Amino acid sequence: MDTNTAIKELLYKIADDQLIIGHRNSEWTGLGPILEEDIAFSSMAQDKLGQSQAIYNILNSMGEQDADTLAFMRNAAQFHCNHLVEMPIGGYDFSLIRHFLFDHAEWLRFDMLMNSSFEPIAKLARKYRGEIKYHIMHADVWLKQLGNATEESHNRMQTALDNSFNMALGIFENGPHEEQLKSEKIFEGEEILKQQWLKKISPIIELANLELPAESTWNPSLGGRAGKHTEYLQPLLDEMTEVFKIDPSAEW
Amino acid sequence: MNKSIDPRVNRLNFPEEITEKKQLDQWETWEVFHQRKRGEQHEHAGIVHAPNAEMALVMAKETFGRRGHTANIWVVQSIHVHSTGYDDDDMFSTTPEKIYREAGGYKVMEKINKYKKEQQ
Repeated sequence: MDTNTAIKELLYKIADDQLIIGHRNSEWTGLGPILEEDIAFSSMAQDKLGQSQAIYNILNSMGEQDADTLAFMRNAAQFHCNHLVEMPIGGYDFSLIRHFLFDHAEWLRFDMLMNSSFEPIAKLARKYRGEIKYHIMHADVWLKQLGNATEESHNRMQTALDNSFNMALGIFENGPHEEQLKSEKIFEGEEILKQQWLKKISPIIELANLELPAESTWNPSLGGRAGKHTEYLQPLLDEMTEVFKIDPSAEW
Repeated sequence: MNKSIDPRVNRLNFPEEITEKKQLDQWETWEVFHQRKRGEQHEHAGIVHAPNAEMALVMAKETFGRRGHTANIWVVQSIHVHSTGYDDDDMFSTTPEKIYREAGGYKVMEKINKYKKEQQ
């Protein structure tokens, strides 16, 4: 397999994850729990969309279509996002847990990619490091706050964690080119990333007085990377692309 | 409740009756001070609501630091800010007249300006 095919597979899944979670989180805009949080969560959602656009631009430079076409003109089966990001926003408990689980994985992935032999992604990872640092800081603070606040908030966070953990494990679904990406020093691989992620989130979950689901119950929700999605992705895409499809040439 | 034209609102399944929140049922306020560049002064930017300093900083970052440059942010609980009070603002009423306290108010300015003119 040529290197470009492997790189493209890697870039598509990163960008699609960011676009879809960015869109999902933007669904809270104007509806957030308090004004300041509404601003913060919306702002981070915009960051994610910006990050995905930057990666679609790299893909475009490698011969793929332009960012708008990639974002708005594919159907669900052509997306490579994981199942966690496509789930509806649920309550704020679920959205925060998803933000926590996903963003720590993103932080570590970008940390790895800073040293990638594929310079465009290494450069991008360095550029967005500070942005994602804030995202995980925000997630950690909320997790600790709600995990330790009232019985209701604690229970809701624990339930949300229990319900989303297997989908979060799906983030680390092996791609078809893991060995090649590793041997060419482009990306260290999903398995190492998953181990780093477990090590990173565990102490924070403990500080939040929450518990990771027992390992015997772990059962990653797979398929997203290969275009097999939950029933929730296509309606999201329909809604997201509604305006674009009315007038694809509109400037906005 | 009437259906909203915003699909996101309909998906939240708001209850038929919205009960009013109790007054002051919210977090305390924190004063936010924003520094644009290292070495410059922190300037008061506004307030955020938060239950503790850590969250106040997280909220302040996006509320007041999401545009332009930021080097640093301070937060201080509003209750720790002490104020002179507007009842006593007559203390300051004659201050603007005291131009001798301003560099531009010295009589010697005339001489300085004359000297500068000669040097040109």
